[in-house]
Amino acid sequence: MALLVDKHRPRSLDQLSYHKDLSERLRSLAQSGDFPHLLVYGPSGAGKKTRIVATLKELYGPGVEKIKIDSRVFQTTSNRKLEFNIVASVYHLEITPSDVGNYDRVVVQDLLKEVAQTQQVDQSAKQRFKVVVINEADHLTRDAQAALRRTMEKYSPNLRLILLANSTANIIAPIRSRTLLVRVAAPTEDEICDVLARSGKKEGWPLAKELNMRIAKESGRNLRRALLMYEAVHAQNEKVTDSTPIPPPDWEALISQIAKEIMEEHSPARILQVRAKLYDLLTHCIPPTTILKTLTFKLIPMIDDALKADVIKWAAFYEHRIRMGTKVIFHLEAFVAKFMRILEEYLMSMDF
Amino acid sequence: MAGFFDIKARKEAAANGTSSKAPATKDTTRLQPWVEKYRPKSLNDVTAQDHTITVLQRTLQSSNLPHMLFYGPPGTGKTSTVLALAKELYGPELIKSRVLELNASDERGISIVREKVKDFARMQLSNPSAEYRAKYPCPPYKIIILDEADSMTQDAQSALRRTMETYSKITRFCLICNYVTRIIDPLASRCSKFRFKSLDQGNAKKRVEEIAENEGVKLEDGAADALIRCSEGDLRKAITFLQSAARLVGAVKPKEDEDAMDLDDTKPVTVKSVEDIAGVIPEKTIEGLVKAMQPRSKGLVYEAVAKVVTDMVADGWSATQVVTQLYQSIIYNEAIPDIQKNKITLIFSETDKRLVDGSDEHLTVLDLALRISNVLAGA
Ligand SMILES: Nc1ncnc2c1ncn2[C@@H]1O[C@H](COP(=O)(O)OP(=O)(O)OP(=O)(O)O)[C@@H](O)[C@H]1O
Ligand SMILES: [Mg+2]
Repeated sequence: MALLVDKHRPRSLDQLSYHKDLSERLRSLAQSGDFPHLLVYGPSGAGKKTRIVATLKELYGPGVEKIKIDSRVFQTTSNRKLEFNIVASVYHLEITPSDVGNYDRVVVQDLLKEVAQTQQVDQSAKQRFKVVVINEADHLTRDAQAALRRTMEKYSPNLRLILLANSTANIIAPIRSRTLLVRVAAPTEDEICDVLARSGKKEGWPLAKELNMRIAKESGRNLRRALLMYEAVHAQNEKVTDSTPIPPPDWEALISQIAKEIMEEHSPARILQVRAKLYDLLTHCIPPTTILKTLTFKLIPMIDDALKADVIKWAAFYEHRIRMGTKVIFHLEAFVAKFMRILEEYLMSMDF
Repeated sequence: MAGFFDIKARKEAAANGTSSKAPATKDTTRLQPWVEKYRPKSLNDVTAQDHTITVLQRTLQSSNLPHMLFYGPPGTGKTSTVLALAKELYGPELIKSRVLELNASDERGISIVREKVKDFARMQLSNPSAEYRAKYPCPPYKIIILDEADSMTQDAQSALRRTMETYSKITRFCLICNYVTRIIDPLASRCSKFRFKSLDQGNAKKRVEEIAENEGVKLEDGAADALIRCSEGDLRKAITFLQSAARLVGAVKPKEDEDAMDLDDTKPVTVKSVEDIAGVIPEKTIEGLVKAMQPRSKGLVYEAVAKVVTDMVADGWSATQVVTQLYQSIIYNEAIPDIQKNKITLIFSETDKRLVDGSDEHLTVLDLALRISNVLAGA
């Protein structure tokens, strides 16, 4: 059974329920024939991919929906063989070069040139060019990005790129210069409620307005998350009403637990105890940044106003360290220790 | 249905395509992105790099080219200039056999560059007819363009030194990069350096207006200025913005008879649509953030700032853009004493570094705003 997120995914630009003006913009670009390269950015769960798939349909018609997955092997200069998956229709293909880590340049170099040097198979194709969608473009290495530069110019009669990213910060200036930046904002809470209500209606679920509002709020304007929560609530309860509780995902419940433990006791023994839980999260592939951020925003409401800015300062500091360092656990633990220290000093100063 | 990588089907398609090629050419230029369509075709077309162009034109006459190093920010005409120069030197027939372009999308390991240069340099020079020579100087050497050279490793660059010397009689090198400091000294010192400046307002504006006119796009008062302002001296960006803004207002040239177009029918490109496309954050949003940062009781500040920042992140504004605009708004605010500005600059510096390192945008911007607020409160 397909998840709601997939089952009710809008398939064309006019089915997209929010950012109507952006849909219009994409449509006018798609219809103009001189479609530029795009860099589509915005928070996760804002519906970037859905919007792009709809744009592709506007460009080529329903044929783009007939996709298959190709597995290809690339050879690095050091003769290592890389397996790489490509999702493709006759008109476009979609790749995630960050899957091959530091070898992404090889894939980008070989694949794009190959695509660029061949013509459309379908002579009646609506566009002369083919589109390559690059997922997680903000994770591309600098070398891979550099390799895109001239390719984007030289082969522009045959090839357009659509880069998808959460942020533009890691995209090098020459690439930003070569693309049209398209910002996709997360839907507002009201817009999320609207999507939930429509989905519920298709499933024949009774409307619980208050519940939907809570889900929208809880999701942090992340539509994918909201839909997953919405589905979970309905899967876990016979009868859903405005007051049905929303179960948090396991990992989030565990972080709440950690926050509670940190608040209760500030001691080396407690840090040790917390460490085991942090490891647990990491082994379940929860990204360290998510752990640190979630923990921070769970701690903030529990502490005195005077400390909040300081806690954010150290959270930002250790998050940066996580990016730069190699031992994630060190920095998570250091944040916990720092937090205990700040709190302890504050409590001491209050005693006098 | 044929798969994407069905080579046979592609070859057939290509073969079929050739018969209908001739009438298609006009169509293809129409469908090109404007940055390519309006790439300078000759040195004269290159805007705003007067000094460089004058020097190059002089060398064109004497036909004695030094090794060259072009450097400057993206979209200022480096690649266009070298391609135009090559075209003027050799003309359409010889350009393929006399000019080798290697860029970052080519494999550029040490041995590969050496091999490619060697093979290319050794190819016999063909002799153009006297007639052809009258039109193009065709100097007796080949040009090797190493575009995007800043992505070559140091080792590959040092290996290049020897190669340059070995073939110096029959080849000239042109290295192109954004950051001249990424080119090792021994290489840089062998070249005449040409700096490509960020395009200045006047020239860039003229070019953009020319293109708009040619495409039948009307610009509202101030829209051309907005295009230039938002693209920060990068003409490529300005042209891309113009194209998208034009599409937005529906200024699409009719396909059949282009002359019959009724200019009065199209809406003009507005300042707002340009700023929208360029991802400029509305003044109101930035003001909202600045207002939230004003000194009050600690709890109120945190709540207010956290809310604005959370919304900005969810709205997808890029953190770099937030930081740039916030910086403008604070540093040019006369009401903030210099001593506070000094402290605030340090915070901006740290924030920029973190963002480039890929730190989480939400935490980083929140931290920035709270710390500035702290400084404003006199801490
Ligand atoms: N000086 C200029 N005069 C006219 N057009 C220009 C100029 N600079 C840039 N352009 C426009 O921008 C496009 C890109 O220019 P070009 O490829 O020469 O940039 P570049 O300096 O090589 O940038 P990069 O460092 O990103 O490779 C050109 O196709 C042209 O449309
Ligand atoms: Mg270039």
